[in-house]
Amino acid sequence: MDNTTHSILLAGVGGQGILRASDILSLVMIEAGYDARKSEVHGMAQRGGSVTSHVRYGKKVYSPIAKKGDVDILVSFEKLETLRYLDFLKPEGKVIINDEEIYPPSVNLGEAEYPENVVDSVKTYFKDIKVVNASEMASKAGNIRTGNTAILGVLSLYLDIGTDLWEIVLRKSFPEKVFQQNLNAFNSGRNA
Amino acid sequence: MSGNEAIARGAYEYGVTFASAYPGTPSTEITEEFSKYEGVYAEWSPNEKVALEVGIGAAIAGAKAMVVMKHVGVNVAADPLFTVSYTGTNGGLVIITADDPSLHSSQNEQDNRNYARFAKIPMIEPADSQEAKEYIKLAFQISEQFDTPVFLRSTTRVSHSKSVVELEDPVPREDKTAIQHNRDKYVMVPAKARVRRVEVEKRMEKLREFGETFPENRIELNDRDVGIITSGMCYNYTKDAFPQYSYLKLGMVHPLPVKLIREFASKVKKIYVVEELDPFLEEQIKAMGIEVTGKELFPYTGEFDPGLVENTISGNSLNTLIDLPVSVPPRPPNLCPGCPHRGLFYVLGKLGAFISGDIGCYTLSFMKPLEGLDSCICMGASIGMAHGMSHALKDKGKGKVIGVIGDSTFIHSGITPLLNAAYNQSNVVIVIGDNRTTAMTGMQDHPATGVTLQGKKTKELDFPALASALGIESVRVIDPFNLDETRTVMKEELAKDGPSLVISRGPCALLQSKRAEKIIPLRIDPDKCTGCKLCLRLGCPAISWKKLEDLEMNIEKKTKKQEGIAIIDSSLCNGCSLCDQLCNFEAIEEVREDG
Repeated sequence: MDNTTHSILLAGVGGQGILRASDILSLVMIEAGYDARKSEVHGMAQRGGSVTSHVRYGKKVYSPIAKKGDVDILVSFEKLETLRYLDFLKPEGKVIINDEEIYPPSVNLGEAEYPENVVDSVKTYFKDIKVVNASEMASKAGNIRTGNTAILGVLSLYLDIGTDLWEIVLRKSFPEKVFQQNLNAFNSGRNA
Repeated sequence: MSGNEAIARGAYEYGVTFASAYPGTPSTEITEEFSKYEGVYAEWSPNEKVALEVGIGAAIAGAKAMVVMKHVGVNVAADPLFTVSYTGTNGGLVIITADDPSLHSSQNEQDNRNYARFAKIPMIEPADSQEAKEYIKLAFQISEQFDTPVFLRSTTRVSHSKSVVELEDPVPREDKTAIQHNRDKYVMVPAKARVRRVEVEKRMEKLREFGETFPENRIELNDRDVGIITSGMCYNYTKDAFPQYSYLKLGMVHPLPVKLIREFASKVKKIYVVEELDPFLEEQIKAMGIEVTGKELFPYTGEFDPGLVENTISGNSLNTLIDLPVSVPPRPPNLCPGCPHRGLFYVLGKLGAFISGDIGCYTLSFMKPLEGLDSCICMGASIGMAHGMSHALKDKGKGKVIGVIGDSTFIHSGITPLLNAAYNQSNVVIVIGDNRTTAMTGMQDHPATGVTLQGKKTKELDFPALASALGIESVRVIDPFNLDETRTVMKEELAKDGPSLVISRGPCALLQSKRAEKIIPLRIDPDKCTGCKLCLRLGCPAISWKKLEDLEMNIEKKTKKQEGIAIIDSSLCNGCSLCDQLCNFEAIEEVREDG
């Protein structure tokens, strides 16, 4: 293991399961033998506001938050939120975008436009972009609430971590009843 | 484990059996987590002052007591705080202050390290979850050894970040509690307090000596060209940016180890002090005659991050390479679909009155489109401010001054100002937005829910009976999901002389246990919607606006000017029916089971 600290930034909207997803991601990294730290802010963000979670891993991690321009992978659970956090990415950073729109209040009120061509805007700056649809993947898995796990499945394709470790952590993270649905969602993410 | 979970775990491992607190971001989870451990007593007190007094009592009886609050909570608890510094504690007493640089969920970003100096109480500050678990134990050891209350300061980033923590077995608990009379020490009348005052200075001197060899004040010598003096989360940010430099990491930020700081200064060439908020360390170190660089480069405001530290020390400017062709609309937090505050504030916003607001989820209704709240200063301020405004405005304020406060906030510090409004008679209408929980911090029980932190059924505070006992003659209870009733009662009460109380009672949308009926979501019939946008004025996250040209179906225009229709996302809708009550075209209907 070299001394590099890797950073993954998960972004989206309160209620999308980002905090749970980042918990799972951190536990997988710890299971894989890394030191890992994560950080997010609770409180007012719970009420449908913009939410981010930083996950950092390596041999020894100090800061639980990454600096701008230093994130390896941006995982955006909502299309527009991708744009808000693009400046955290490294020039060679990778982007996973969930192709779903949740309107902010000003758009609902008809006072602002939901940006068009989000993916094209991202393409002007970054080459490695994957667009997925979490709801579709979750529906296929049999539980619409597993979209966050499906996105982790997509993310797992970018990380050199065995699926057995993911399965161990998923099993610990969910009650038996929904574990299988989450595993299905994870696998549908891997096949996306 | 988060920093907060680690503090709770450390307290449990050290044999702490007593905790009192009032919920407040970012501190809430400490007490919640602690309360789940076997054999401990933990309570939500009505406010931080009471919580501290409860903790003082427990400590004087010989218990190890932990009192937990957010930074502004210490303002509320400041009165007992300054004097328990004189009395000392007998058992262990640790006060946790969780500060919030960048105001993620607070009304200010005060630096509570100042309280340590002001009240002459030692303060230690962990940098991550492992340290959080260790430091709570050290805090109790210091408290027990020096017979002093001890502050443990966290910040949002320490409390809410997660990192690896090694668990240990709890030590066997010893019950050292007993009734002990020691009037010289605990009766702080002037004659006795003057004696204790001298003891405080002796204790601070001993603590200064202790800090010189306290292992958590540690020097890490590396490249001696640059030395960093820092503490808490800033240590991590700086280590991340400059692993090669030398460090003096201060685990105890008050009192400071003067000799150790001089020793470090003698070993490195250039010193930076990296600290968020006030130049607390910097000013004291400069007063020792040591040259350091701090706030002349670093900001006074906001949270730091590794990028900010790196750029500030290396002199780089923060230039982003991203210049987006589109503007990104902000996404502020909002009241939930089905929130009982929405109907209340929709009505309040249209009364032409000054709405003196308070602290809770409902503070969000100052924003568009509700715009139903005009001020927010601190917990409980709504009522006192409304009363003062009413007297200052005299006749101009008649029927035009309303104070609104949540149920938990009312219990925290609204009762005394309501008593004042009755005693000194003002023409105000006070509204308790009673959603049956402490919603903002994540659904904590309080005296009016009739359930304790540890899940026991208990006495339930009766708001109307309380108001009547305080001397409020007109007390009404309304259903905020009924707009007509809410509007009518508010107008009737505003027309009356003297203070009135309106209890707007509807359970929080997230409080499923209190919702008896099954939720039947609503939909909008696109053939009936005229696109008048009236329902959008509620600012409900479930209702959105679609332009006709963006619709996948063909809609006949009901008016020449119609540009679009409103749509309800049935998966978000809680069926509260406010939009249905507003709609003049009967376009809103229940989603039928058969689809």
